Amino acid sequence: MTQQSTAEKLDQSRLNSTQDLLSLTESIRGRRDEKRPVIIVCHGTGCLANGSPNVAEALRQAIKEAGIAAKVVPQIKTTGCHGFCSRGPLVIMQPAGIFYQRVQPDDAQEIIQATLVEGRPVERLLYEDTKTGERIIHDYEIPFYKHQQRIVLKNIGKIDPTDIYDTIGAGGYLALAKVLSRMSPADVVSAIETSGLRGRGGAGFPTGRKWASAVAASKKRPGPVYVVVNGDEGDPGAFMDRTVMEGDPHAVLEGLIIGAYAVGSNQGFMYVRAEYPLAIKHLNIAIEQARELGLLGKNILGSGFDFDVEIARGAGAFVCGESTALFTSIEGRAGEPRPKYIRSVEEGLWGRPTVLNNVETWANVPLIIERGADWYKNIGVPHSTGTKVFSLVGKIANVGLVEVPMGIPLNRLIEEIGGGTPGAGRFKAVQTGGPSGGCLPYELGDVPVDFDSLTKAGSMMGSGGMIVMDEHDCVVDVARYFLRFLEEESCGKCLPCRLGLKAMLEFLNRFARGEGSLEDLAELENLAKAVQDGSLCALGGSAPNPVLTTIRYFRDEYEAHIKEKRCPAGVCKDLISYIIDPEKCTGCGACARSCPQGCITGEKKKPHNLDPAQCIRCGMCLDSCKFSAVVVR
Amino acid sequence: MKEQAETIDEILDRYPGEPRYLISLLQDIQAEHGYISREAMTLVCGHTGVPLSRAWAASTFYKSFSVEPRGEHTIKVCLGTACHLKGGTRLAEGLERELGVKSGCTTKDLRFSLDTVNCLGACALAPVVVLDEEYLPNTNSKKVKQSIKRLDAE
Amino acid sequence: MSKNSIKEKNIIGFTINGQAVEAEEGWTVLETARYNGFHIPTLCYHEAIEPSGACRLCVVEVREGDWSKVVISCMYPVKEGIEILTDSPRVHNVRRWVLEMLLAECPASKEIQALAAEYGVSSSRFASVDKENQCMLCGLCVRVCNEIVGVNAISFASRGTSKEIATPYKVPSTACVACGSCVTVCPTGAMQARLDQVRGDISQRTGHGHAH
Repeated sequence: MTQQSTAEKLDQSRLNSTQDLLSLTESIRGRRDEKRPVIIVCHGTGCLANGSPNVAEALRQAIKEAGIAAKVVPQIKTTGCHGFCSRGPLVIMQPAGIFYQRVQPDDAQEIIQATLVEGRPVERLLYEDTKTGERIIHDYEIPFYKHQQRIVLKNIGKIDPTDIYDTIGAGGYLALAKVLSRMSPADVVSAIETSGLRGRGGAGFPTGRKWASAVAASKKRPGPVYVVVNGDEGDPGAFMDRTVMEGDPHAVLEGLIIGAYAVGSNQGFMYVRAEYPLAIKHLNIAIEQARELGLLGKNILGSGFDFDVEIARGAGAFVCGESTALFTSIEGRAGEPRPKYIRSVEEGLWGRPTVLNNVETWANVPLIIERGADWYKNIGVPHSTGTKVFSLVGKIANVGLVEVPMGIPLNRLIEEIGGGTPGAGRFKAVQTGGPSGGCLPYELGDVPVDFDSLTKAGSMMGSGGMIVMDEHDCVVDVARYFLRFLEEESCGKCLPCRLGLKAMLEFLNRFARGEGSLEDLAELENLAKAVQDGSLCALGGSAPNPVLTTIRYFRDEYEAHIKEKRCPAGVCKDLISYIIDPEKCTGCGACARSCPQGCITGEKKKPHNLDPAQCIRCGMCLDSCKFSAVVVR
Repeated sequence: MKEQAETIDEILDRYPGEPRYLISLLQDIQAEHGYISREAMTLVCGHTGVPLSRAWAASTFYKSFSVEPRGEHTIKVCLGTACHLKGGTRLAEGLERELGVKSGCTTKDLRFSLDTVNCLGACALAPVVVLDEEYLPNTNSKKVKQSIKRLDAE
Repeated sequence: MSKNSIKEKNIIGFTINGQAVEAEEGWTVLETARYNGFHIPTLCYHEAIEPSGACRLCVVEVREGDWSKVVISCMYPVKEGIEILTDSPRVHNVRRWVLEMLLAECPASKEIQALAAEYGVSSSRFASVDKENQCMLCGLCVRVCNEIVGVNAISFASRGTSKEIATPYKVPSTACVACGSCVTVCPTGAMQARLDQVRGDISQRTGHGHAH
């Protein structure tokens, strides 16, 4: 816990009624000193890796050295991810809201002296608008933030996720209090149905309808009902669920408790992938703190409703994001999917009715309850209501996490918020929906980003990863990448997936070598359809999407490989060669030292030569050259 | 791997003897001992009542388990899409040459295990390599090699 | 048949390739099809063992109004009014690819060659990793050992293209009772060659600690 919570540690015992919770919220808010400086240091995974703990420590030290009066000791608060990961480590000075980016420990003294003592911003640490070159002081004025609508992410970056009091002060658990004091389970289900909320994990199934089916199934077969959080966010390039679990774990927990109340469940599970240790840690802390306060366990807030939750850690298998495999894994076995001719909402975990929703879906629930289904359904577009969190990655200036209303045009998301592709060019394609999604070309930039429009374009929403590619990315290579990924992650149970992905990869490998024929391209499409139709679960069933969409939108690039033996993007190893540009080469010798083949030679301070016959196109020289003298042809 | 690993019995005591705790137990043993030995697996099966064959299926199915001893240090190369586009695959191939092992394998002297991982969700840092617990953001072959040399000298 | 009697017996009426058929509630499409003399190929299916849906050869196309989907008949439950097509173009496309890929996967299996020939697939354009391989990982051996014999001597190991049938730590299993059921149910003859790796040297057994 942070200094604040220890200092302000309210001697709070169990909350025995919803009134107790409301009083606690009031008292936390009442104690706040609005004028007290708060220095927020982002501790999301991106900023952590860029050294934000050292920045926080340096700031603490600087405050001590500056001898700022004891009465107004500034508080250093470490929070979850602010989303603007490419600019980390981020520091925000509250209450003024001054936004500093790429802060290093050495900057600490100047920040404290200038901002806190003298009351002026440190110019050089401010964000510089990429288009106008203007320095921007406040985060909310930066284009990356200005066009967002942050409701699911509203607390992330503001609260200390390891401190339940900070969450409660920000309005956490008020929706639960409302549910327990004023709503019947049926009211809750109906509110979620009215809101139009659809699952944020992949297929976009209406959440309220799922909950209603679970209620109906449990009436037919009395016994336990389970609610489960799918935190097995496995799509490469997607990290919104990780950010929510790390940055606002109580939002997920509160949503889950509300869902449990609605469908009559007393036991929940959170399935979190092993690659997210910080998320697991923060969820564990949240669960423990909620239990201590009586927000979990027996007789929650004196309502008579019992519910508890357990964390199940994933063990490294992408397929466990699939519902039946996820259940098998929680049950303690290898995560092989089973056919879903009986839906898991009827027969899920241990064969019992089970509601499985992903992290972001659960985190939407308290918002809908608190602010009303009508408020919610007015955000976004009619059949895709609310907001969606996207991760913008790849060849995009502002790599990070954004939340926007559903239905926003693809190019607004990429150009306005994401700042477009770095360098001169425009983006070439965007992969949405991860390995199960599709690759959309620049020409489809005005496609509204909602469930149905993306599906119509041959892609899907998926969990919300947006991978932006530029002219240096080859679509044949990207299709191969996703197939290799899925081949590695296939459980291997059914033949169309285990052998079909391998077979599709054989076709693509041939194309990447400049082999194959146009008939092969047609046969690959037939095979893709067989894999779609024949596979047991959605992993295999959707695996052909990247192949089919790249063929659909970039057929000429495939044909260039096949007919002209040419990789236009300069990626496919067998179709390119590395050369050294004698104009740019300074003869520093770095490439020659890095070359594992020893095929680069030359005199010091004179342009070097690369022997193409021995070159294995490993790219080491490219990495080592500081003068961009190594060129791909 | 921890310096002073808890004994298998101590780990078994953390969970009730029910089949559903098989994976949690294997995870704890993997974390404490670096791999799952036949002896450890047999004890876990005795505790949870799971047949040995089913525990074998689980421990070879999930990527985070190893049934053979692992290296002192683990090098994880992220091959998420963002890392792939920014040269992650090239990094992994370079490390395979440097260490003389394929990814997923351990060097003969048991110093290093080389793994690839399908997205760590740290895409702003692409390409990213994780050495034990340390993230190497926006890295390249040269920087990774230096970090490995530093670790090896320790 | 009157409505009342349908209700009493829970008889479900639907069509297979346009022909009206009846089934009892709880039957699968495959059971009904075979009962009525329709031929649907299978490899991983055995009447005595729970179906798993691995080989996908038994796919059929199910239509209900405008909705259509390819499903596996060995697990798909019968439903009033559905239309089943056992050899539609979509079904045929799945089957021919599965068989062509199987030819490359199990080049040594005579059974698979015969089945593939039946569907007009005589050669494969895909690479074979192991020329001797006969096993297509249908899992019947694992299921019979677990469900019927109850000794759990073998299981799947690894996943994806590395998946295999194995004993724990790849040493002969002391749980194996050498009953040979796995060999009996194996549709490709692969288990015969592997039995000794599973049961080890029977003469060294003490007779204790086998089944549990």
